Amino acid sequence: MSSTTGIGASVLRKEDIRFITGKGQYTDDVNRQGQAHAYFLRSPHAHATIKKLDISAAKKAPGVLDVLTGDDLAHDKVGGLICGWMIHNKDGSPMKAGAHPALAQGKVRYVGDHVAVIIAETYSQAKDAAEKIVVDYGVLPAVVDMNTASKGPAIHDVASDNVVYDWHLGDKAATEAAFKNAKHVTKIDLVNNRLIPNAMEPRAAVGDYDAGTEVFTLYTTSQNPHVARLVLSAFIGIAPEHKLRVIAPDVGGGFGSKIFIYAEETVCVWASKRVGRPVKWTADRTEAFLSDAHGRDHITHAELALDDKGKILAFRVKTKANLGAYLSTFSSCVPTYLYAPLLSGQYDIPAIYVEVEGIYTTTAPVDAYRGAGRPEATFVVERVMEVAARELGMDPATFRRKNFVKSFPHQTPVIMCYDTGNYTASLDLALEMADYKNFGKRKKESAKNGKLRGIGFSAYIEACGIAPSAAVGSLGAGVGLWESAEVRVNPVGTVEVLTGSHSHGQGHETTFAQLVSDRLGIDINSVAIVHGDTDKVQFGMGTYGSRSGSVGMSAISKALDKVIAKGKKVASYALEASEKDIEFKDGRFSVAGTDKSLAFGEVALQAYIAHKFTGAELEPGLKEGAFYDPTNFTFPSGVHICEVEIDPDTGVTSIEKWTAVDDFGNVINPMIVEGQVHGGIAQGIGQALMEGAHYDKDGQLVTASYMDYTMPRADNLPSFQIGMTNTPCTTNPLGLKGCGEAGAIASPPAVINAITDAIGHENIAMPATPQAVWMAIQASGSKIAAE
Amino acid sequence: MYAFSYHSPKTVRQAATLLGKNPDAKVLAGGQTLLPTMKQRLASPSALVDLGKAEGMSGIEVKGRNVVIGAMTRHADVATSAIVGEAIPALAALAGGIGDPAVRNRGTIGGSIANNDPAADYPSAVLALGATIITNKRKIPADQFFQGMFSTALEEGEVIVKVSFPIPSKAAYEKFPNPASRYAMVGVFVAKKGSETRVAVTGAGSDGVFRSAECEAALKARFNPKSLDGVKVKASGLNSDIHASSEYRAHLIPVIAKRAVAKAMAK
Ligand SMILES: Cc1cc2nc3c(=O)[nH]c(=O)nc-3n(C[C@H](O)[C@H](O)[C@H](O)COP(=O)(O)OP(=O)(O)OC[C@H]3O[C@@H](n4cnc5c(N)ncnc54)[C@H](O)[C@@H]3O)c2cc1C
Repeated sequence: MSSTTGIGASVLRKEDIRFITGKGQYTDDVNRQGQAHAYFLRSPHAHATIKKLDISAAKKAPGVLDVLTGDDLAHDKVGGLICGWMIHNKDGSPMKAGAHPALAQGKVRYVGDHVAVIIAETYSQAKDAAEKIVVDYGVLPAVVDMNTASKGPAIHDVASDNVVYDWHLGDKAATEAAFKNAKHVTKIDLVNNRLIPNAMEPRAAVGDYDAGTEVFTLYTTSQNPHVARLVLSAFIGIAPEHKLRVIAPDVGGGFGSKIFIYAEETVCVWASKRVGRPVKWTADRTEAFLSDAHGRDHITHAELALDDKGKILAFRVKTKANLGAYLSTFSSCVPTYLYAPLLSGQYDIPAIYVEVEGIYTTTAPVDAYRGAGRPEATFVVERVMEVAARELGMDPATFRRKNFVKSFPHQTPVIMCYDTGNYTASLDLALEMADYKNFGKRKKESAKNGKLRGIGFSAYIEACGIAPSAAVGSLGAGVGLWESAEVRVNPVGTVEVLTGSHSHGQGHETTFAQLVSDRLGIDINSVAIVHGDTDKVQFGMGTYGSRSGSVGMSAISKALDKVIAKGKKVASYALEASEKDIEFKDGRFSVAGTDKSLAFGEVALQAYIAHKFTGAELEPGLKEGAFYDPTNFTFPSGVHICEVEIDPDTGVTSIEKWTAVDDFGNVINPMIVEGQVHGGIAQGIGQALMEGAHYDKDGQLVTASYMDYTMPRADNLPSFQIGMTNTPCTTNPLGLKGCGEAGAIASPPAVINAITDAIGHENIAMPATPQAVWMAIQASGSKIAAE
Repeated sequence: MYAFSYHSPKTVRQAATLLGKNPDAKVLAGGQTLLPTMKQRLASPSALVDLGKAEGMSGIEVKGRNVVIGAMTRHADVATSAIVGEAIPALAALAGGIGDPAVRNRGTIGGSIANNDPAADYPSAVLALGATIITNKRKIPADQFFQGMFSTALEEGEVIVKVSFPIPSKAAYEKFPNPASRYAMVGVFVAKKGSETRVAVTGAGSDGVFRSAECEAALKARFNPKSLDGVKVKASGLNSDIHASSEYRAHLIPVIAKRAVAKAMAK
């Protein structure tokens, strides 16, 4: 309707007033009558058997209602946590998934692993009682380093060499043949550093069992409450789905870490029946560091084969991926199907072969984190591209341009079929915005001031809205990846949209309402978005992988089509015209060629009073649902250019200029999209310059607080220059591609490419902290280039 | 946090009496260090003696050629004080660079000095400016006060009441922050008063704040950044952690000292 609230308008976020005035309702704000508090006793050791666990004194401590252990889980036949994606080894055998009990059963496998839970009247009493638990640990050697993990000891009996899987993708023979014909081969070794997600709101759960109805309710910090209910019902066996309600109220950031079904919420909901009281747990920040699923953590060797003109012939990649001590919910697919299929980047590469080993270590589980597999792939592709250009003496932009995919659809050798894109357009715009042609002048200026300046590119591609369900099923997924929507029109024409997507920072209450306002021609404030409650929304797959726009909104769009179609039927009776003559435009149903019309709200009322038609002719009411299963992934892409200046005396890198040109297809709300890009770049710069989880050789997490884990802050970041190009997605009705992860995917290689350009060699790992950069400069004896 | 009893004395004398009666009692100032430690159950004093209501413990005044700052004066007050800004601008700038606004609005100079965190900022100013720590019992010169990390000359039950800073002719503080905590990884306070130049380094020493003999020697002849060119600091005795090796810290000390001297001369 009005262009100020419809598709394409930068509508201010409807939810922000609630959040910034402290009126949000987060899980920790939920307090149930008679609620007790849970405290988890966690393992201080990375790897140990539990020889004896004496809880008798703790059970008698003041205020304690119960102390529960892995034995109680076994007694109640509560199943273990699951990994929902089966990966097969090269030889076709299934991956080796060790059991993952919610409370340890005989063994602990990382610092922070759950040994027992104490449920008491107050949190302090639970914590006091925990000190009275006596555990006799048989300490085993920690397994921290992926390169030596196979030497053991075995973390799970099923995987004697600590290898979860040994997987591959692509055509090995074709790749090797192409390498034989190569004129030049660029080789590179990379580490993708391990990250800790650090959502602003720590995880929390309140389990509440109603003995009268035998219904469990779980309030939890989840990005996908329906998936949580499915897993807790069908696999862990808490209760059948109709006896289990999962509510994920306001959630303060997830970045992937709240997709997974963790031990704590499982225990809280189970224990609420055991103790007959609601049970609440909220992580403190240390628990978040120790036990939220971490992200990334790859070691990679990559080789790019080129002909004598700089054309890519083939690409081969060998990666070890740290999966931690247990397989978290989607961990297995992140370094495989979310990684290897992206290794073609924006480039026309005839042959690709990828090998990935998933490794168990005695560290926190590793799973999807903003970008999930795609940042890792982009880092490999864009580092090797930059290095190859340098080795060939070609301009990095020219080299990329030469190898871009230029016609669509494009089938890569690694599963993906890119529907559309225009990589040259985003590169051209980025070069212009970054004032690339004058970079040399700026470099000289820096050199005069004793500084090293460098420029780095990243031409990324990502695959969003993971789909179609049948395809992911054939690759091992345990679920389908569609989305559902229900549009409920009230008799006066206001609208509630029930969606299976979940908003935890994305702004769905605004963007989804913009779509409805635009399509139905009603005021944006007449639209409410309902999500995050399995009793309200029938089913849904949740929010991750930048899927809420391309998949979630497509489902809404489909439901809106049905509402309009039904509205036309109702209008035809009310206006006494033939249905085929009814037109719907700008919020009015009218009879073509006449001045007879009814507003959307009037038709809604007609639908509910049902005076103008009989029940035999038409069902009363105006409510439609839809399930949308995409036919392909979407492929956002773009070019980011980073320009850094390094102080060689201290090693401090300052980001002087950041240009981001993204092609997200159509855009619903440019302001929100820019916000997503900003946040993503900040996280990517965090990974490149600052963040890194560090375990010592005994498996203790050294970076377990903000004293040692460096988060990016506003003063680390420049003002971003954001540009957009638009080639609409061809496979969904709205032409949306998704924007939630792009910044985090694109940015790390741009930063490292700029730093390596400045220091004149490739030998620096992430995070490129001041110390690391200073050491890299010492190693090379880099002279300030004053050319 | 474990249970403790709480006392709010009206005078320093009452505070001292309370501390005398409860051997494992602790003084509570801004609570920015003590309370987090208690919440993590790393400290469990049976009693807290809150100095917040004790008279005469905060405020800033010039006495002769000294700036005297009450122990309970908050970092934010030092940072914005016209008196400090005029007399020792380097000290105001240092206070303004501690932590974040919430920390600066609670944390106190007395708490910071008593705590003697090896990465805290204030100890470098106290040492470089040759300040005197005035307690309820005596006056302690800076050179005798700091005795290794988290340890000071303070005795059981002794309370810092004031700190007296001689006004230098030139001074500056330059902080190279730890990227994560933003405490000092290498913080250098340089001060010149008459013919004496003192260079105090925080964040780098494994025994806490110390004076850099190498830098002081280099600056003795001429107080100029160039004097520090080529100065080498030994890595032994310096901290090593995931953020900075002792070699890197050793390298940074003269680099940061040089910047501090340049800053002092620009004023
Ligand atoms: C997030 C954060 C960031 C920080 N960043 C920095 C930083 O960048 N640089 C920096 O220097 N500091 C930093 N700090 C520490 C901060 O400056 C603290 O305020 C300071 O270390 C302690 O002061 P306090 O008044 O809070 O003392 P408290 O925490 O109340 O007390 C600290 C200790 O000193 C004792 N004590 C307090 N007052 C007296 C007194 N008058 N006499 C005797 N003993 C006393 C207490 O008993 C206790 O043992 C940071 C703190 C936080 C929480």
